[in-house]
Amino acid sequence: MAQFKAHSVLPGFNLALGYTLLYLSLIVLVPLSALFFKTAALGWAGFYDIASSDRVLAALRVTFVTSFAAAVTNAVFGLVVAWVLVRYRFPGKKLVDAFVDLPFALPTAVAGITLATLYAPNGWLGQYFAAHDIKVAYTPLGIVVALTFIGLPFVVRTVQPVLADVEAEVEEAAASLGAGRWDVFRRIIFPAIYPALLTGFALAFARAIGEYGSVIFIAGNMPYISEIAPLLIVAKLEQYDYAGATAIAVLMLLISFALLLGINALQWWSSRKGAR
Amino acid sequence: MSAQALQRKIATHESRGVTLALILLALTYLILFLGVPLYAVFYQAFSKGWALYWEALKEPDALSAVKLTVIAAAISVPANVVFGVAAAWAIAKFEFKGKSLLITLIDLPFAVSPVVSGLIYVLLFGAQGWFGPWLQAHDIKLIFAVPGIVLATIFVTFPFIARELIPLMQAQGKEEEEAAVSLGASGWQTFWRVTLPNIKWGLLYGVILCNARAMGEFGAVSVVSGHIRGLTNTMPLHVEILYNEYNFVAAFAVASLLALLALVTLGVKSLIEWQARRSGEPLHGTH
Repeated sequence: MAQFKAHSVLPGFNLALGYTLLYLSLIVLVPLSALFFKTAALGWAGFYDIASSDRVLAALRVTFVTSFAAAVTNAVFGLVVAWVLVRYRFPGKKLVDAFVDLPFALPTAVAGITLATLYAPNGWLGQYFAAHDIKVAYTPLGIVVALTFIGLPFVVRTVQPVLADVEAEVEEAAASLGAGRWDVFRRIIFPAIYPALLTGFALAFARAIGEYGSVIFIAGNMPYISEIAPLLIVAKLEQYDYAGATAIAVLMLLISFALLLGINALQWWSSRKGAR
Repeated sequence: MSAQALQRKIATHESRGVTLALILLALTYLILFLGVPLYAVFYQAFSKGWALYWEALKEPDALSAVKLTVIAAAISVPANVVFGVAAAWAIAKFEFKGKSLLITLIDLPFAVSPVVSGLIYVLLFGAQGWFGPWLQAHDIKLIFAVPGIVLATIFVTFPFIARELIPLMQAQGKEEEEAAVSLGASGWQTFWRVTLPNIKWGLLYGVILCNARAMGEFGAVSVVSGHIRGLTNTMPLHVEILYNEYNFVAAFAVASLLALLALVTLGVKSLIEWQARRSGEPLHGTH
């Protein structure tokens, strides 16, 4: 019989693994399985009815479109921020670097009410948009703003270490062979950091899809227009429509898992590229 | 500088103009998305003066929200520390089958929307849930009560410590522990005297981030809380209620405490990074 565990002189394996599996099952696996049993009780027809209803489809569309827009924004500006933090020196750089993680540390509800206040038509930032007849708060654009905030650190933090590892010799070699600065970036630096950029993008995207706290204050939450999928789950729960809430949750989970698999594949791909 | 050297300099560095423009672009983006909101929280909180700010914080409902938030964090962080250390010990120090599946499962709560994290406990322990009737028969209330809030908080912060410790302990290997054991140390002695000193910065780092999330969690807690003022409201939920009542000064006053927590978190995090660099001990494993 093949051995389950390789021999080791260290003690505590059974206790540590046993406790890990017990805790994992009690806190994560059993509760999550409730979701699938509840959905299974609905049957395919019931699940399909809920999943294909106009309001659910609209909420999923709003969620995905705004999450994608926010992740793209962060990919572009996150790359610039990472570039500046790795390559240039300027006063206060360490402080700026530390502050990039603010969205990880600031509770989402605080971000939500603050952004809603700032981007309201009479808010500090919203007034400038209002002057051009653009409404930010209480529209899908407001959702993009909130999702951009919460996803900001992902791209910066994934690109930063990879960019720092790009060897100056390769750039110098290319330059000495006559490549211009833009060519060097396009042909040497960008291909090196591209997998990390994609990973950061995917992480920001995945986080945005599930986000709730920072969005609901600024979104306006109009069904079909600015209602996100997590909010629809809460709305169904408040009407005691547990089956409906569960079906949407399962739908979102399946999508998140697909994304997680994609992220893992990306990381595998980029580590293979790095090893080459 | 010879013409050739100048040429090389140009192709390995951006021109001054481009450099300056990029720095300005990055700083503008960060100021607009991070700086202005952070300033706005404190500005709004103090916009009607210290007296009203103070009033909002010492109000009984606000105090009970602070208390509940501290309780939830004080239970969930230690629970996840014990789990994180156990999981990292098993995964980093031993070879066994199914290890990568286990690591993926530990990460699972990060892939779940906070709202769904709350929903699963409602499905289990709510009035209509699996254990609902049994709990009701025994007069135990988990959902719309403090235990539900603690459970939801544990779930959303579940991977924080394990995820920090696993790569760190994997990178450190097991030679030191094996040496200690072969010299006659017991398992616990080995852990307390050899492993723990090696992972202390990584552990502290995980604790800080775990605590920030535990105290700030909104979505998951919102679903299981029932929003009973003075009883099942955490600070973020209290912020929501005040904001929806158009009591902006009070909402931002409570929010400013949470923003302060965020700033302290960032400060301590930088301090740990600095301290770990200075002592030459790695903080993160090689991913």
